[in-house]
Amino acid sequence: MAENNAYPSEHHEGPEGTKWIWKVFWILLIVTTVEVALGIIKPDFLMGKLLGTSLLNIIFIVLTIAKAYYIVSEFMHLGHERKNFIWTITLPIVILIPYLTFILLTEGGYMNVLMNQ
Amino acid sequence: MANGAALEQNTSSLWGGGRQPFGASYGKMMMWFFLLSDALTFSGFLTAMGLYRFKYEETWPVAENVFTHFPFLHGEHPLLFVALMTFILIVSSVTMVLAVNAGHKMNTKGVVLWLGLTIVGGFTFLGSQAWEWYHFINGDKGAIMLEDQTIMYFTKAGSEGEILSVYELVTGQEKPHGDHSEFQTADVISAFGLNEDVTLRMPGKEKITLSREEAKAAMANAKLIQGAGMRANEYGNVLFADFFFFVTGFHGTHVFSGVVLNIIIFINVLMGTYERRGHYEMVEKVGLYWHFVDLVWVFVFTFFYLV
Repeated sequence: MAENNAYPSEHHEGPEGTKWIWKVFWILLIVTTVEVALGIIKPDFLMGKLLGTSLLNIIFIVLTIAKAYYIVSEFMHLGHERKNFIWTITLPIVILIPYLTFILLTEGGYMNVLMNQ
Repeated sequence: MANGAALEQNTSSLWGGGRQPFGASYGKMMMWFFLLSDALTFSGFLTAMGLYRFKYEETWPVAENVFTHFPFLHGEHPLLFVALMTFILIVSSVTMVLAVNAGHKMNTKGVVLWLGLTIVGGFTFLGSQAWEWYHFINGDKGAIMLEDQTIMYFTKAGSEGEILSVYELVTGQEKPHGDHSEFQTADVISAFGLNEDVTLRMPGKEKITLSREEAKAAMANAKLIQGAGMRANEYGNVLFADFFFFVTGFHGTHVFSGVVLNIIIFINVLMGTYERRGHYEMVEKVGLYWHFVDLVWVFVFTFFYLV
């Protein structure tokens, strides 16, 4: 441990000062506020079906992924690491999670059809 | 092993040479790989919930009928309290970045201030979650469980599926704020028999409503359910509460261990451990874990409360 502690990570030059931190804070806050407002109002024109769910739900998921991007890239500083490290961390996530989601949701819908026969 | 001696000589200079794979230290890299595996664990839980939500679409409750409370406010306020919890976690994430930032500048006072505020934010979130669980477990309106374990809400015919509380059905008066009186199944069934305009509906989005005759037949061996437990809950399908307890509980455990790690690091900062070491990378590593907890909450928020 002592030996590893003697070598901190290379310092990747991020943006100076604390301004960028507050910028990300406002982005996260505004996106969350929009989500909550949409969740309370539930506008009728967003309730149409798309990809097996409502357009509103698709918007929620897109906004959530946008928030996740800002947290991981800026707060966790991954966006400022080396490129090969960025891909090492993100590729397993980007491949495995949509795959699992697709399989389980499709099967869930099928189980519903079988159950109601 | 003719060249064993030569190998032994070289090993000390291999990792100690100052060149790191990916330009990240061992500790930081391993924290990232741990978070990667933890992210897959959480996605396993959330997608498993998705599977059952699609399977039991008709009896899966709608979040806005479940989480309606806000401290000191009367009436129904869906989403507001979780929005506040999300806000608390985002703010504590910001204070954590500010602590890491101060650490880069070797500013001990700054790290103490911002890390201290992060710990306060963590405890505030845990308190909010306890409040949320308290109301979830105590329940609100109450519902009836049919013989086949299906949960049904009471509703007045023609009210577009608006949920009628058991309190109102039995006493005829609107349910007072914060009331947790418990009723008997027999009283509920007799009150249902007297009120000819009351029928039953399913918890799902489609609000499938039974006719009065169907409802009367279904009520034969029904049982009153108030609140939520692992075996039954008044909100809908039994798995809904099970997933709620498990996923938010697992996330809460992460928040708790994050707070514990933050406190350990906080004590080390006060004792000058990192000042002596010459860098504050430990704050950064624990910071990664703390941001991850925030990241998971962003998804729990979406898939439990919004979608």
